[in-house]
This record gives sequence, C-alpha cells and structure tokens, in this order.
Amino acid sequence: MEGLLEGWAALGRSLMERPHEIVPWVVLVLPLAGFVVLALFGDWMKKDREDAWAGPLACATVLGSFGLSVWVTLRLYGLTAGPGGLRFAQPYLGSEWIDVGGFRVAFSLLLDPLSAVMTLVVTGVGSLIHVYSLGYMAHDEERPRYFSYLNLFTFFMLLLVLGGNLPLLFVGWEGVGLCSYLLIGFWFKKDSASAAGMKAFVVNRIGDAGLILGMIFIFHQLGTLDLVDLATNAGALTREGTGVLGPVTIACLLLFVGACGKSAQIPLQVWLPDAMEGPTPVSALIHAATMVTAGVYLVARLAPLYQLSETALAVVGIVGAATALMAATIALVQTDIKKVLAYSTVSQLGYMFLACGVGAFGVAVFHLFTHAFFKALLFLGSGSVIHAMSGEQDMRKMGGLRNKIPITFWTFLIGTLAIAGIPFLAGFYSKDEILLGTLHAGKPILLGVGLFTALLTAFYMSRLLFLTFFGRFRGGHDLEHHVHESPVSMTLPLAILAAACFAAGRVRVPEIVAPVFRIEPRYAHHVEWLPVVATATALLGIALAGYLYLLRTDLPAKIGSALMPLRSLFEAKYYFDDVYDGFARKVVVKGSESLLWRRLDAGVIDGAVNGLGAFWEGFARRARLSQTGYVRAYALVILGGAVAVLGYLLWS
Amino acid sequence: MDAAPLPGFLPHALLLSLLLFVIGALGVFLRRNVITIFMCVELMLNAVNLAFVAFSRAHGNLDGQVLVFFVMVVAAAEAAVGLAIVIALQRHKDTLDVDSFSLMKW
Repeated sequence: MEGLLEGWAALGRSLMERPHEIVPWVVLVLPLAGFVVLALFGDWMKKDREDAWAGPLACATVLGSFGLSVWVTLRLYGLTAGPGGLRFAQPYLGSEWIDVGGFRVAFSLLLDPLSAVMTLVVTGVGSLIHVYSLGYMAHDEERPRYFSYLNLFTFFMLLLVLGGNLPLLFVGWEGVGLCSYLLIGFWFKKDSASAAGMKAFVVNRIGDAGLILGMIFIFHQLGTLDLVDLATNAGALTREGTGVLGPVTIACLLLFVGACGKSAQIPLQVWLPDAMEGPTPVSALIHAATMVTAGVYLVARLAPLYQLSETALAVVGIVGAATALMAATIALVQTDIKKVLAYSTVSQLGYMFLACGVGAFGVAVFHLFTHAFFKALLFLGSGSVIHAMSGEQDMRKMGGLRNKIPITFWTFLIGTLAIAGIPFLAGFYSKDEILLGTLHAGKPILLGVGLFTALLTAFYMSRLLFLTFFGRFRGGHDLEHHVHESPVSMTLPLAILAAACFAAGRVRVPEIVAPVFRIEPRYAHHVEWLPVVATATALLGIALAGYLYLLRTDLPAKIGSALMPLRSLFEAKYYFDDVYDGFARKVVVKGSESLLWRRLDAGVIDGAVNGLGAFWEGFARRARLSQTGYVRAYALVILGGAVAVLGYLLWS
Repeated sequence: MDAAPLPGFLPHALLLSLLLFVIGALGVFLRRNVITIFMCVELMLNAVNLAFVAFSRAHGNLDGQVLVFFVMVVAAAEAAVGLAIVIALQRHKDTLDVDSFSLMKW
C-alpha cells in the first residue's frame, strides 16, 4: 500500500518536474482511448439510442489532447537550449520495441519545435473538425463508427509527427493510410466510395514501398533510425560522395517516393481527387490539413539529410513545381466543388515541396501550417454549402447562395482570399516566403512557375466563389426553397478557422522551426517588389475570374471551345488515370494472366510438381507388376537374395 | 565335457547336407502341392541341422547341438501352425495348388 502511494507520488513529482517526458504520451493515447471505447461500445450505443454520446466523447478526447499539447509546448520553452538553440525532449517509455542484433528501435517520442507545430495543427484543426462533424454527421446512422475512425486517425497522425524514430513514424504513416482508406470508403454501400478507398490504399502502398526501402538503406548506411541521431550523423553519408547517385541521394529519393505517395505528388497524385468520396469533414482533416502534409513533414524532418544532396533537392523542387502547376490547371475545369478544392490541395502541396526543393524547409512548414487553416476552412465551408444544397456538389447547379447562407459565405470568402494570397491573410505570408526562397536559391524558373500557379490559384478559387455564391440560383425550385444555414456546431468552427486565417500568418513558423534543420536561419533580406508582384498576381486572377464569371458569363464556354485541346487535356487530368488504367489492365492483369498464371504458375511450377508426381506414378505402375502374388516367385527372390549375400560374403 | 574333435568325416557330412538342402529347395520351387512344399521346407531345415551337428562334432563344441534343439522346437511349432493353415486353405478353395493362392498382388 505504502509502495503504491510512493509510486503515485513519484509519478506526480516527475509529472511536475519533467512534464515533457510524460505529457506527449498522454496527448498520444487520449484519442486512442476514445477509439477503443467507441469501437467496443459503438454498436451497443446505437442499439440503446445512446449514440448521441459518440460525437461529444470523440471531441472531448481530441480537445483534451489539444489542451495538453498547448501546455507542453509552452513548457518546452522552459528547457535549456541545446546546440543551435534547439530545445527538444525525447519521452522514452523505458523499453525497446525491437532489439534484434544491432537493430534497436525504442519506444520513444521526439518533441521539438517542428513536431510541436505539427501536433498543434493536428489536434487544433482536428478538434474543430470533430466539432464540425457533430453537425455534419447528425443525420448519419453510423456515427459511432465515424467518430471512432476519426479518433483512431488522430492517434496515428500524432504518432506520425511525434514518433522519435523512423519505424514509429512509419507505424503512424501506415495507420493514417488505413484510417484514410476506412473514411474514404465510409459510405461503402456506394461503389465509387469503396473503389476510391481502394485506389487511395493501393497508390499509397506504392509510395510506402519506397519509404521502407529508404529506411532499410539509411539503417544499412548509418546504423540508426533515431531521428535525433540521424540529424547528428547525416554527414557520415557524404563520406562515400554526394554524387548524382551517391548514398545520400539514393536515401533521399527513396524516402521522397514515400512522400509523393502520401502527399499526392506526380506521379502518385491520382488518388487524392478520388478521395473526395469520403464525408467532407474527412476531406478537410485528412485530405487537406493533416495526413497529406505528412510527406512534407517527412522531408522537413529529414532536412539535414536532404541538404547534403543537390540532386535530391532538385528532384523534390521540380516534382513540387510540376505538381503545383498541373493540379492548378486541372482545377480550372472542375465542376464539382470538392474536386476544385482537392486539386487545389494537390497544387498547394506541390508548393510546399517546391519550398523544400529550394532548401527553405522552414517556409515549407510555414505554408503547411497556414494551408492547414485556410484549406480546412474551405473544405468545411464547401461541406456547409453541400449540407445546404441537400448533398448537391455540382457548382453549375448553385449560384446566389451568399444571402441564403451568409456565415458560410463570409468565412468562405476569407478562406478564398487567404489561399489567393491577399495581404494580411495567412496564405500571403507563406506564399511570399516561398517565392522569396526561390529567388534566393537563384531559380528564376521555379519563381515563374510559382507566380503563374499563384495566378491560377486566385483564378480558380474566385471562379468557385463566384459560381457558388454569386449570380442566379441555377438549381431546381424545390432545392432553392430548401437551402438553409448550417447549425452552430458547423458555423462555429468556420468562424474560428476564419479568425485563424488572419492570425496564422503572423506566427513566425520559419524562425520557430529553424533550429531543427541545423542551419543558420537565413534572415532573408526582403525584396520589396516581390510582395507587390505577388499581390498584383492574385488580384489579376480574381479580377479575371470576376470578369468571366460575373460580367461576361457567356465567355467561359467560348474560350473553352476555342482552346479545346487544352481543355480536354485538363478535363482528362493529363491522362494519368487512363495511362495507369491501361497499364493495370494491359500489363498487370493481362501479363499476370497469360504469363505469370498460365505460363509460369500453371506451366513451370505446377508442371514441375505434377510432372514429378506423374513420373513416379508411371514408375510405380510398372514396378508393381513385380508383386505377382505367387508364393514361389517370392521364394525365388529370397533365394536369389540369399545367394547374392552369400556370394558377396565369400568373394569380398 | 566336450567330446574330442573328430574332423575326418566333415566333408562327407557337409556334402550330404548340401544334397538334402538342394533337394529341399528344388522341391519348394518345383512342386505345387502345399503339403509337399511344406515337407521340402522341413527337409531343408533338417539339412541345416545335419550341417550344425557335423560342425559340432568336428570342432568338439556343443553350441551346434544346442542350436539344433532350437531349430527342432521352432520347426515343431511351425509344423503345427503350418498344417493348420494348410487345412484352412483346403477348406477355403478345395485345392492345395500354391498357384491358385495369388490374391496378394497388385
């Protein structure tokens, strides 16, 4: 009894003295506990009509995590700073997860400015989206299942950003992939939803293969997968050279394949637009604000590694820029409100990788941070629109909604201006810093692509805004009559996120996370003309969209038919899906069938096994004739044997 | 007390034993009647017995004599079982031709 008391007292003391050693584990485990309760008792809740508790319980766990992570982040700044001004804690559970030969993986987390920023985004935006889901999913039969998945996702996402070594990060990485699959296919009775879930899972699997290979390669080269050790020892990789295909480049590129899968970059971008089949809050949380940014987090987390390879950085930057531009052009021709936002997300993720590619990792995380707010706001706003339109997602049937759902309109307007890069809103600051980064890195082409993408972004987002909220209502009369503003549980998160769009740009994220990257923060001297050009670009995009979709509504169709080849290229999403589909059908399926199945499996492998059996069967069919059944024949064999043995004994 | 070695007659005795053994073996292979075969087997056993006692006498060692007793006892037991089988065969098939009992084949 006394020992127990002492144990509790010791725990209490260490909690007070070293909260950063214990609290991150609590932050991590709270959503998991919510998931366990909902998963075990969800059906029982439904039966007893008690499932009204499912949502609030899920919200409470994530809000609790958010509160604790705010507290522990503030406490983090009470720690003494290490080299380069880096303050970090490594909460260690006191045991190993894997300990085989020289391969050691500890149950340890890593709390430093980078993971703290990510944790705050995940739990903060996550909480708001949980609350929003209360209203959005109010009429759904399967609420306990929905909220249990959402909680499980939060747990895995926190594990991803807090994990202290690559294998733990990978557990979170796979876990969020699983939850993404479960939530995209949440309405699994719809064929397209379950197909989209599978597509997301399969495409992510391709990326994950790269990530696993990258981890194996890094362990082979450096002998550790601990994130702190990796950052310290990264230089050892350069011993064998940093050439085009040196070990650093190989490691970075393999990991980048994983990042491409999770963050929907070319050539693995095809799954994200389809993922919009899931409930809209899921699109906001998983497919805009948090999970899809895991790839950016991975690259930023391993920045000490990436900085060693010019080649890898160039690849990251080019892939990012290409994705940003391509997705933005596809977004121009989408008619589904969520698809526009989906391509916008792919495009903005490309922007983040573009920043990584020019070595501005802190700026990439900054854009990740601001993007989480305004894109979550836009998705939740579109969810509110869809809710008001009784499930209709086609923008061609909307219009003039600004007076009918004013809160949604004003918050959506703020989100649109933020993503377009209008001054004083979040997107302006981070986008400006990215463009500045390209300028400092001496990459004028990337700067050009960035500016052009910004123009397109402002254009398609304004197009979305004008088509949805301005002009005449283009849906049916019954539908128009039904349009209504969403409940408070939905509008409150919108309002908070809209406020965050103003505040987020003021947070100096690049300076906060700079120590993590072990480089002197480049207090870049600002280029006066750049913000002006960027703002002018954004305003030009908005003005162009206003002219085409408010004043001369007949023009878009004419331009579309005048530029038919370009338009069909965009509408076909650059034929990626068709090429992959053709590849899957012609090469994988046909090849498996005719070559692997009929030739290799049925021919060679089955042939060898069955041939062996057939040979012995034929042999036995002849050999068994020796069993005549005549006693005297057997006696003769015995005699022959006896003579042979005797002969051998006598003559040897 | 061992008898004194008396090797002189050994070749003759072994020749007789060999003769009896070959007659028995030929009988086993050439005759068809089960009882005849059975008696030929007994003849072979006794040919071996003769060789045993001959060696025993020639080397002045009683081991061979002892072994012959064993063979006789086992042969008696074998005769009892064997004749019982013969009677069962006769009742089963009304014949004692060995070639008519060939069910134990492929």
